[in-house]
Amino acid sequence: MAHEMIPGAQALLRVFEEENVDVLFGYPGGSVIPIYDALYDSTIKSVLPRHEQGAAHAADGYARATGKVGVVMATSGPGACNLVTGLATAYLDSVPIVAITGQVKTNLVGTDSFQEADVTGITIPVTKHNYLVKEPYQIERFADLVREAFYLARTGRPGPVLIDLPFDVSAGCVPWTERNIEALDGYEEAAVPDEADIDRAADMIEAAERPVMMIGGGVVTAGAHSEIIEFANKCNIAVVHTLMAKGCFPESHELSMGMPGMHGMAYASYAIQHSDLLIVIGARFDDRITGDLSRFAPDAKVIHIDIDPAEIDKVRTANIGIAADARTATRALIQAVSARDRGAWEDTLLKFKRDHELAYTDDDELMAPQLVVQKLHEVTGGNAIVTTEVGQNQMWAAQYYPLEEPRKWCTSGGLGTMGYGHPAAIGAQFGRPDELVVDIAGDGSIQMNMQELTTGTIHELPYKIIILNNSFLGMVRQWQDMFFDKRYSGVDLTGNPDFVKLAEAHGAVGLRCGDRDRIVETLEQAMEVDDRPVMVDFAVSKEENVFPMIPAGQSFENLMECPMAEKSSSA
Amino acid sequence: MEMPRTISVLVKNRPRVLARVAGLFARRGFNIDSLAVSTTESEGISRMTVATTADAPTLSQIAKQVSKLHDVVDVIDHTDLKVVERELCLIKVIVDRGQRGELISLCDVFRGDIVDIGNGSVMVQLVGDTDKIDAFVELLADYEIVEMVRSGKIVLDRGAQKE
Repeated sequence: MAHEMIPGAQALLRVFEEENVDVLFGYPGGSVIPIYDALYDSTIKSVLPRHEQGAAHAADGYARATGKVGVVMATSGPGACNLVTGLATAYLDSVPIVAITGQVKTNLVGTDSFQEADVTGITIPVTKHNYLVKEPYQIERFADLVREAFYLARTGRPGPVLIDLPFDVSAGCVPWTERNIEALDGYEEAAVPDEADIDRAADMIEAAERPVMMIGGGVVTAGAHSEIIEFANKCNIAVVHTLMAKGCFPESHELSMGMPGMHGMAYASYAIQHSDLLIVIGARFDDRITGDLSRFAPDAKVIHIDIDPAEIDKVRTANIGIAADARTATRALIQAVSARDRGAWEDTLLKFKRDHELAYTDDDELMAPQLVVQKLHEVTGGNAIVTTEVGQNQMWAAQYYPLEEPRKWCTSGGLGTMGYGHPAAIGAQFGRPDELVVDIAGDGSIQMNMQELTTGTIHELPYKIIILNNSFLGMVRQWQDMFFDKRYSGVDLTGNPDFVKLAEAHGAVGLRCGDRDRIVETLEQAMEVDDRPVMVDFAVSKEENVFPMIPAGQSFENLMECPMAEKSSSA
Repeated sequence: MEMPRTISVLVKNRPRVLARVAGLFARRGFNIDSLAVSTTESEGISRMTVATTADAPTLSQIAKQVSKLHDVVDVIDHTDLKVVERELCLIKVIVDRGQRGELISLCDVFRGDIVDIGNGSVMVQLVGDTDKIDAFVELLADYEIVEMVRSGKIVLDRGAQKE
């Protein structure tokens, strides 16, 4: 049967509709004009950020906040190149994104023509898969190729998938074919856990005297938070979460032992170090968690559950490795494991928690940044969707804004991308328009994608940007302070713009606060605005360091807690 | 234990698939000692034979990472399997008339073939496993080797079963 022939651009949008794409973050240019032409008649909301990097992070924030695939588009050459940071960010954090890039006409590919870049070549290492659509076998099944991109992006270990579309393919006609992507040779969504492995794991858990569960981003992806809570409750096992899993296990839960690692809670690191069994679910032993691997959890056996078989034994050898979806595997464990009493270990954990609380001092002339985050938590009832930039602001957000639910936390964990939080907040706000979205930012990071304030204003998005402004690139300054004899090189941000005026120039609301007694009042004022972004500039203590800290490559033996803080501090 | 090991990677014959596989080796710091790529008995499927030097956990990690590439259909680790391993080598050697006899008898021992004789040089073709070819090349140290090319290792598991 002859298939209906329709323009490639239209086929693309039809598949978008099939995939329930409601918003597309994209920036036009010569090579994607046919797609923009088709968008003119489409019901899909097309959002025009002010920079392609902003578009990519917005799609990422949308995906993290909603669990759906984020869609981003850019033109050939420079436009596509500007997506690379966003793709790498999503790739390292396993976020599902479909990126459409325009490409020069098929007959010009490979000739160094105007705005040509080898985008599929450039993005191989930062995408789960990519396509340059120009071969007849691709054009014949173009609709399925686009469906396949969505399928690959969201299934298995999710990730960004890029489709590079030459002008003549989107402008020319392709057959419209019904969905037929069953045959994906060599690709498995997720292995089902082996029953024998689950039984062995159950035995190991029951035998453990000092078990700790460590959950990571895979738990968010799998939607396994309820199962994790049930498992922890049933077996009375303490839970630490990586940065990526923040909110997956309620931080107010008595079994929550917080975030371990370089700037994690000391009690979380101590729990891991003293454990005899780590049950690791959807986490990958990042070096920010482990520090010196040879001294990480030295007495612990490891049960490692991850959907990606390549993560098992990659960094830390597992005693039992289970390559499976976190939710399926946790369900199986709930059935297989019996509860038992571990009174002594529970007492030890409680003591760790009591003796090693987070602490800071607020004795500088300028307010402590941690205090601002704590007050933000108070004023928002802990209910905001939090995005972060990268650096000290990110760590203070992780430490002082406890979360109770998953998908309320968008942070660039793996790549550590400054400039991520603001566009991610825009994406999250589009995905969840009725919820409060807050970007916790530093004065350095926020300037990396400041231009997106216009996007926020135009779309009347009421997200808040909280700038912890210490006039420094704080995290680098902290390392220079602690490890480079205070030789502050390249980190002084004196000469920052006037953030209030800058906000106003973008049509947003700008607020400033330099007085610790006015923090709450200022935040409340920010919360009242419901039709445009608000940027609040908090002048905070300039040389505040993030504690606890385990210096890079060291272990919990070198863990430093806040040197000045007394137990009576406000934390 | 770090030692020479071989994997076969069956891939869809698509543009850029070699770049995907080779790029993955490079960015994850895995060495490639030799690489041979060819068509197979299945249409649209190519076979890459990758020889590397690695310990068992590293090879397992390589295999798992390569398996994740969408265009990769299968990865076979030949480490503990009974295999037939072959490499083809062409060597151009300077020999004068007086040395020819000696070289020919050397070739006979290694079952090498003289495939070209020029003015003052001969080209030897040798097929065998890597050790045999290494040994032969070593014996040629007394001669002047003008040029040499090796195909890279190819491997099939023994027995009637398809891998």
